[in-house]
Amino acid sequence: MADTVVGANPDPHVSGENPDRRDFIHIAAGVAAVGLVGGLAWPFIDQMNPAGDTLALASIEFDLSKVVEGQQVVVKWRGKPLFVRHRTPKEIAEAIQADHADLRDPATDESRHKPGKAQYLVLIGTCTHLGCVPTFGGGDYGGWFCPCHGSVYDTSGRIRKGPAPLNLAVPEYSFLSDTKVKVG
Amino acid sequence: MSGHSTYEPKNGFERWLDTRLPLLRFANDTIITFPTPKNLNYWYTFGGILSLMLGMQIVTGIILAMHYVPHVDMAFNSVQRIKRDVNFGWLIQGLHANGASMFFLAVYIHMFRNLYYGSYKAPREVLWILGCVIYLLMIGTAFFGYVLPWGQMSFHGAVVITNLIGAIPIVGHAITTWLWGGFAVDDATLNRFFSLHYLLPFMIAGVVGLHIWALHVPGNNNPTGVNVTSTQDTVPFHPYYTVKDGFAISVFLILYAVFVFYLPDALGDAANYIQANPLVTPQHIVPEWYLLPFYAILRAVPNKLAGVILMFGAIATLFVLPWLDTSKVRSLRYRPTMRWYYFIFFLNCIVLGFCGAHAPDDLVIPGVSGLQLGDANINSFVWLSRIAAAYYFAYFWVITPLMGLTETPLAEPESISTPVLSHPAAMLAGAAASPEKRG
Repeated sequence: MADTVVGANPDPHVSGENPDRRDFIHIAAGVAAVGLVGGLAWPFIDQMNPAGDTLALASIEFDLSKVVEGQQVVVKWRGKPLFVRHRTPKEIAEAIQADHADLRDPATDESRHKPGKAQYLVLIGTCTHLGCVPTFGGGDYGGWFCPCHGSVYDTSGRIRKGPAPLNLAVPEYSFLSDTKVKVG
Repeated sequence: MSGHSTYEPKNGFERWLDTRLPLLRFANDTIITFPTPKNLNYWYTFGGILSLMLGMQIVTGIILAMHYVPHVDMAFNSVQRIKRDVNFGWLIQGLHANGASMFFLAVYIHMFRNLYYGSYKAPREVLWILGCVIYLLMIGTAFFGYVLPWGQMSFHGAVVITNLIGAIPIVGHAITTWLWGGFAVDDATLNRFFSLHYLLPFMIAGVVGLHIWALHVPGNNNPTGVNVTSTQDTVPFHPYYTVKDGFAISVFLILYAVFVFYLPDALGDAANYIQANPLVTPQHIVPEWYLLPFYAILRAVPNKLAGVILMFGAIATLFVLPWLDTSKVRSLRYRPTMRWYYFIFFLNCIVLGFCGAHAPDDLVIPGVSGLQLGDANINSFVWLSRIAAAYYFAYFWVITPLMGLTETPLAEPESISTPVLSHPAAMLAGAAASPEKRG
């Protein structure tokens, strides 16, 4: 059998016999498969992000006159607690005084409330460490104390001690009237 | 050891099946005639116990899923209904919840056994890595499962653990929101955790299949750590180890039953009998006992990101262990110095668990005020967990590589049979030299 078998399985890399056409089919099929998998991957991943109705429920209105001076009301907003605190003049004074202290996440007290509404503090009530809910009035600074890992916040909600890296977050909110706010 | 098959089809049907799907041949070679070292002790029975526990968790879990409602308003009550009203629900729920603890107890014994006898070393690295993958999947499954009853500890545990991912720079918060499917742990989170809790055990079962496959290629290690040299060193798996495993499983089931029937809530947390309330965090957030050591490592460092990296690093370290160990001797029976470091390591893991169960600022020795060192009291659990976490990493990254190079091991036996035959008990019995050849 010295004869060579011809045409049974032509080597695509040997010139002649349209190698380009075969390569094109292989590459096109490969690209189509990768494109299809990639295109499907994103819907499969993105479905886990907040759904439309979850996003639609994102804002609430709240009447501040319900909060007595020296007290705090906790409202649920976006599944998280929202602290609405009516501060006493002493608490505000302490917070302003601490503006120049050595703060981990520097912010003035003024930047943490709306102009002319220093008595009302609206904050997201989750510890910036691992998301626990700090208790009202606890800790060395009279603000909040997180029971999970001991973070201490002052009367402006700024982090003063413990493992949390940031101040309690101020949500986006605005005054609709003198005592009514819209959060979100 | 997995090469030659001794299976002989016994009748026409078996011959017919053997040429089409050699299922009986496979079963025969893996669980009947599989040559197993004859000196395996009871520490080697936990693989069988773990298989049973996986089966138990899957069966009870599928039943519980028939009655459980994954919705924030109904999840807590549906679990209470299972316990109170569903026929035998108290039993099935008790088996499942306590089964998780028993599963982890068995896996920890299995892992410590492995470390002691050096079973992770060549040629069993892949076997060990697959075991680490199973362990990771188990942690994930246990975490998702613990969220489902929707008690206070379920909810706030989920909040704390998902917030860990927020420590990743730049993309952390986007990933957390993606995991939650909202702006907090809520209904979407509960639903997907239920889905994943149902999925992962089947993934575990798949990796267990690979794990057993990887075991059957090199064969079992054994307490002496020396290789099997001849058929004199082995006995067939059945009946020698089916019976031994069976006895161990029976004893283990007694312990399991004690928890299920007499102490069903001993391993749980009382706070989980209060329905989840996103507005109030329990005073002490603690994970289940089997994750406490890692929780202690997480809290040992004041920096959030560093704590998360260390905690995951503690598990990642296990994956590279086969290449950190420089010793040529497998079993710690013949490594007198390393053995001490091993026992300290074992106690150290328990100390870490103890640290994880306490608030960081609690005093280790009550009544002793101690000194302030750095950011915490030297007598507090913060410092104890720092020391213990340091030893945990030192054991794998410093002690294990160095001891392999510096220690002078004792003489290993020439074969598995040698120490068996020289053992005083063997003399009395007239030498159990070839048990496989008897009746």
